[in-house]
Amino acid sequence: MYKIIKAEELTTNIYLMDVEAPRVAKSCQPGQFIIVRMDEDGERIPLTICDYDRDKGTITIVFQVVGAATEMMKQLQTGDSFHDFVGPLGCASEFVSEDLDSLKNKKILFVAGGLGTAPVYPQVKWLHERGIAADVIVGAKTKDLLIMEEEMKAVAGNLYITTDDGSYGRNGMVTKVIDDLIGQEGKQYDVCVAIGPMIMMKFVCLTTQKYDLPTIVSMNPIMVDGTGMCGACRLTVDGEVKFACVDGPEFDGHKVDFDQAMKRQQMYKTREGRAFLKAKEGNTHHGGCGNCGGNEE
Amino acid sequence: MTTDVLKKVPVREQDAKVRATNFEEVCLGYDKEEAMCEAARCINCKNAQCIKGCPVAIDIPGFIEKVNEGDIAAAYQVISEASALPAVCGRVCPQESQCEGKCIRGIKGEPISIGKLERFVADWARENNIKPEGAKEKKNKRVAVIGSGPAGLTCAGDLAKMGYEVTIFEALHEPGGVLVYGIPEFRLPKQDVVAKEIDNVRALGVKIETNVVVGKSVTIDELLEEEGFDAVFIGSGAGLPKFMGIPGEQALGVFSANEYLTRSNLMKAFDEESNTPIMYGKKVAVVGGGNVAMDAARTALRLGAEVHIVYRRSEEELPARVEEVHHAKEEGIIFDLLTNPTEILEDENGWVSGMRCVRMELGEPDASGRRRPVVIEGSEFVMEVDTVIMSLGTSPNPLISSTTKGLDVNKYKCIVAEEDFGKTTKEGVYAGGDAVTGAATVILAMGAGKAAAKGIDAYLSGK
Repeated sequence: MYKIIKAEELTTNIYLMDVEAPRVAKSCQPGQFIIVRMDEDGERIPLTICDYDRDKGTITIVFQVVGAATEMMKQLQTGDSFHDFVGPLGCASEFVSEDLDSLKNKKILFVAGGLGTAPVYPQVKWLHERGIAADVIVGAKTKDLLIMEEEMKAVAGNLYITTDDGSYGRNGMVTKVIDDLIGQEGKQYDVCVAIGPMIMMKFVCLTTQKYDLPTIVSMNPIMVDGTGMCGACRLTVDGEVKFACVDGPEFDGHKVDFDQAMKRQQMYKTREGRAFLKAKEGNTHHGGCGNCGGNEE
Repeated sequence: MTTDVLKKVPVREQDAKVRATNFEEVCLGYDKEEAMCEAARCINCKNAQCIKGCPVAIDIPGFIEKVNEGDIAAAYQVISEASALPAVCGRVCPQESQCEGKCIRGIKGEPISIGKLERFVADWARENNIKPEGAKEKKNKRVAVIGSGPAGLTCAGDLAKMGYEVTIFEALHEPGGVLVYGIPEFRLPKQDVVAKEIDNVRALGVKIETNVVVGKSVTIDELLEEEGFDAVFIGSGAGLPKFMGIPGEQALGVFSANEYLTRSNLMKAFDEESNTPIMYGKKVAVVGGGNVAMDAARTALRLGAEVHIVYRRSEEELPARVEEVHHAKEEGIIFDLLTNPTEILEDENGWVSGMRCVRMELGEPDASGRRRPVVIEGSEFVMEVDTVIMSLGTSPNPLISSTTKGLDVNKYKCIVAEEDFGKTTKEGVYAGGDAVTGAATVILAMGAGKAAAKGIDAYLSGK
């Protein structure tokens, strides 16, 4: 069992937990992820690592309630435990194994969308701890959905916050901020790391292509085991089949087939949506809500 | 009970029509009377060929004699000396090509039903709560075993019986490896059989730590240098599923057999109450002809689909066990042999709508000795399916080999290990099972685990 040391709601439907997992905390690196199960019969849920404390042996996870499983997960309190907590999975970010001197000469731009702020944070922090100040764009739908602003401010070089509705920071999508920074404000970057919803990463890649800015994305497809065994997480990168769990999760964003990846994410949407509503509404739900797709079958 | 001495005592099975709609075990096994009757057929050869056919060299005539005498507890101890997983092996071993294939009785009539007898003995021991005997003396040495599948469990069990302190590291949340995620419930019940045999391995003193991905959570070098292990056995299994590389393979509704079976077996997706979803196809094509393909096909059938096995060679070359093919046919699986997919077709939303195939004929034998299938010109046709399950074997997982200094792999990326005792190129590190051979059978993996246990014992005794 893996004990929850801290559980808090960051904002509407977004939760943060510190979990005791000494093996993971000892060996994890920025860019990697973990898989949790809540109980004996639980689903295996992949989550990004938001922070880690090697001394305390804890991992910080951040998740958004999107389905039946996360709806249950948010009810866990400090002192409760996860039945399973496995990791770190996937490869570390490329820069972790880069020569530090050459890394110090690089200008890195991070682009975080929504919940993607959580996995971006340990990367920016890792660089900060090595004297490298990276610029960070954080985008959220609206002010209330913004997370980890203070934490990010403490480790980022320049922090640019933008909201889709203009309720806080700059006004507009993250892609507009990239255009403004590079196109208007004369910023120059050597590499961009974009993490967020697939649709956001796709458009960030289309934007950075205009500026010939190499862009790394972190893919979060459907997964089962997370160790390479099942192949559910396969995606096409540069015409080749890759497994996000062992070859990734980070890939050259300009080579990822996003349309295919987004399509594959829909695979169980209907069923998950139904499970979610069944959990919320009991057996009374039989489709027709327009949300779960239950009326489509 | 009267028997024809040339024939096996028949084993009771669930009716094919009934079992095609449930996940209960297909074969019901012998009762004590049937088992004793079958055991009486054994002529107790002095130079028993069956033992030579068994990868873990069970004293087969020895245990059968005890069954014949009605002393099942004693029979169990005879088997336990050689095998940690008799209830599993009695169910999934390809006996026809191993012990039973060598049985002298088989020359004139049917061989002794060794597998079913082994199963009966193991099941009886479990029901009567008889455990294997543990080590009499402890040795002050620690061994780490990576993977809790058949190779790892056997190696760990044998080492524990020799007195070593053994810890198994398992990547998934449940121990058992392929016994849990791969082989379906209707062939190998998880709670009643697999979990209990693993409990027996634990009862020998073996510790099992789940959720540890060696190569990620901890490395082999760390286990040896920081965690105080004196030797390591790698039984990490086969690895990454292969795909054909044909167009449309990323369409929605195309799965690897590993994914499909993991969802159903490990995550219990066949159960409506499970939180893990699985695709309920209406018409499913399973591509491949091995045991895994049969398992996937029979699982899809039980989930309500019309199921086709699509295999490019003929029935004779099917790599699956005869019994599995027979059961699959009985249950209504349709075999499209000498057929090979060339493209998976998608509907406007990206879901599988069909599979373009060609007919094949057999030409000259290839490197594997099997006749090579060649395409019949102009034979292309479209098979209407909504789900495609690829069961084409696996390629090795690089997680361990890429993170362990001095551990060599061969050109197929399998770990290099000497056949006799599983010694790898790294000192103190042994390996066996699918991680070394590529995908094979449960019993071969057990044989390798057993050999490696001997190798590790020799290594640590000389240290």
